[in-house]
Amino acid sequence: MGPGLFDTGNNRKICVDVMRNYNIPKHKLIELYILMSKIRMTELKIEELYPNEEMKTPVHLCVGQEAIAAAISANLNKDDYCISNHRGHGHYIAKGGDLKAMIAELYCKETGCSKGRGGSMHLVDLRVGLLGSSSIVGGGIPIAVGVALAVNMRHEKRVSVVFFGDAATEEGIFYESVNFAVLKKLPVVFICENNFYSVLSHQKARQAFDNIYNRLEGCGIPGYRVDGCDAVDAYNTAKSCIQNARNGKGPSLIEARAYRWRGHAGPGSDYHLGARPKKDLDDWIRKCPLKKLKNFMLKNKIVTDRKLDLIETPLKKEVEDAFRFAQKSPLPNKEEISKYLYC
Amino acid sequence: MPWTKILLERQGNPLEVEVAGSGSRKIKYAEAIREAFDQALDTDKRVFIMGQGVDDPQGMFGATLNLHKKYGRERVFDTPLSENALTGIALGAALAGMRPIYAHNRPDFLLLAMDQIVNHASKWSYMFAGHTKVPLVIWCVIGRGWGSAAQHSQALQGLFMHVPGLKLVMPSTPYDAKGLMITAIADENPVIIIEHRWNFMQEGYVPSRLYSIPFGKGIVRKTGNDVTIVGASYIILEAIKAAKKLEEEGISAEVIDLRTLKPLDEDVILNSVKKTGRLVIVDTGWKTGGVTAEISALVAEKGFGYLKAPIKRLASPDVPTPASYALEEAFYKNERDIVDLVNQFF
Repeated sequence: MGPGLFDTGNNRKICVDVMRNYNIPKHKLIELYILMSKIRMTELKIEELYPNEEMKTPVHLCVGQEAIAAAISANLNKDDYCISNHRGHGHYIAKGGDLKAMIAELYCKETGCSKGRGGSMHLVDLRVGLLGSSSIVGGGIPIAVGVALAVNMRHEKRVSVVFFGDAATEEGIFYESVNFAVLKKLPVVFICENNFYSVLSHQKARQAFDNIYNRLEGCGIPGYRVDGCDAVDAYNTAKSCIQNARNGKGPSLIEARAYRWRGHAGPGSDYHLGARPKKDLDDWIRKCPLKKLKNFMLKNKIVTDRKLDLIETPLKKEVEDAFRFAQKSPLPNKEEISKYLYC
Repeated sequence: MPWTKILLERQGNPLEVEVAGSGSRKIKYAEAIREAFDQALDTDKRVFIMGQGVDDPQGMFGATLNLHKKYGRERVFDTPLSENALTGIALGAALAGMRPIYAHNRPDFLLLAMDQIVNHASKWSYMFAGHTKVPLVIWCVIGRGWGSAAQHSQALQGLFMHVPGLKLVMPSTPYDAKGLMITAIADENPVIIIEHRWNFMQEGYVPSRLYSIPFGKGIVRKTGNDVTIVGASYIILEAIKAAKKLEEEGISAEVIDLRTLKPLDEDVILNSVKKTGRLVIVDTGWKTGGVTAEISALVAEKGFGYLKAPIKRLASPDVPTPASYALEEAFYKNERDIVDLVNQFF
């Protein structure tokens, strides 16, 4: 999927090759880079070790989409809430979820964040407001709205965000949830990560118009389209949406466009299947969100190569430690199969 | 109503104590539920009630009547008809520490919310290893009669009984309706309460204080030695009337009201069957794969040796509810059907 194939004449040019000089504090740029690098490294490590068949759970890698989770989370407080989906590793990491517990969950171990009951698609970390994730497309959307309702009822200043894919906007529950969120003016931000594919079905085969960001304007929700490969673009839009939610101005919707470099599930690309052209993948890889941010920071002398090394080296170690921890952890006890069915 | 008196006479401890003690007075079924809501709202700021029509002048058959005036529309509010999303919204609010009650006029509408009930609410605790709690109550009322027909009278307890992670409550008396509601609101798990519209015709003695009835504990409504009749909700009222008729014929029937189908009180069923050797299972739902099938399997597995005769089941025929009152008569089971079925044993 190249940018020209499904063009829209919308309010924002997608996938600009040169990042504009946005107004963003330096420390936020570095934060974005750290979060995105950590996600990328983790996903690549999962991919590297997945063939060993020790992670016996489907993994949905978000390589190529890292900027979106990072941009949102860089605007959230620790006690803000997040609901994720099946492709949720990035959301979990960006929000500050415990990496060891996540990798242990992928290894289906008792030390996993969901103690081996959830697997890759069901990550949770209450310490940082991650209340869980749904692998039913669109299923998490109302849950985030309900969280926002609770926030409002308690007169708190928290924000609830939910990540979902382009196909989730085809579910009736998307409309139902947005309608209610607007009706009650709830502090929720809907984040649609449009990677153009539901498994191997292109958006064009599923939606008459390429207008996710403003499709529900009639419901009264402001919608914004951002370049999901441009961390700063996504960051700035997320910032205003999250601020509005926090300040009682109600919900908003962000459509962030990026490409899923890997197949729907598991390691490796899927262009060999013939549904997604190799050329599209190559185009999007050229627009790599991580490389773009890195080049921007180097060019603007925000970081040096040495500084990047200082960022990346401990991250690598953290990721490796998490895998070692997971590998060495015990499996759940068979006698405890019914544990946690009820609280 | 005649069976109200029977209930009071036969029911044993809790109700008799309440009748004898102070603070109990005769109120309508809907008032009992409303009192549970009222006291829960008053006691716990996290409790709120939502649902289409909860704040209208009919107030869910009276069960939520005017509560919005007392607690404000922030805590008792009308909703869009988006049943699936609203169930997810209630779930989300529960995850974030509230104690929502989502009220529906009919269980039929829960079918629109099966994704959030079955895929989400029932599994959230398990999928996330108990890190998150789901103190959510879904309340609905089975309709019956006046040609309500196929989509406004379904008794879907069998569907929900099938799903791990849910609790399923089916009260039959005003006393139980209040006490079980309080337990449901206090529970940390998703609870579905299926009321029956015809239960609402009752009045009964209900304590004015806040009290709760434990889940998973059935109650012997009438003791007997010859046959066990077991079920829950409205059909129990028919069973008690049937038992009285049978008594006149010299057959001593024991009537067990399960109160909750999930958790299910296996002991109260098995102990009774051990005594009587004969079992009739009654339910307002469909026969195939339903409540009567499940209880039948339970007794076949764990109490086969007690049985003097094959188990008998009385449930709705496996067809959608017809509209015509002529056909409704054939669809709905009552006291007479129970008497006839029991008589086949002797």
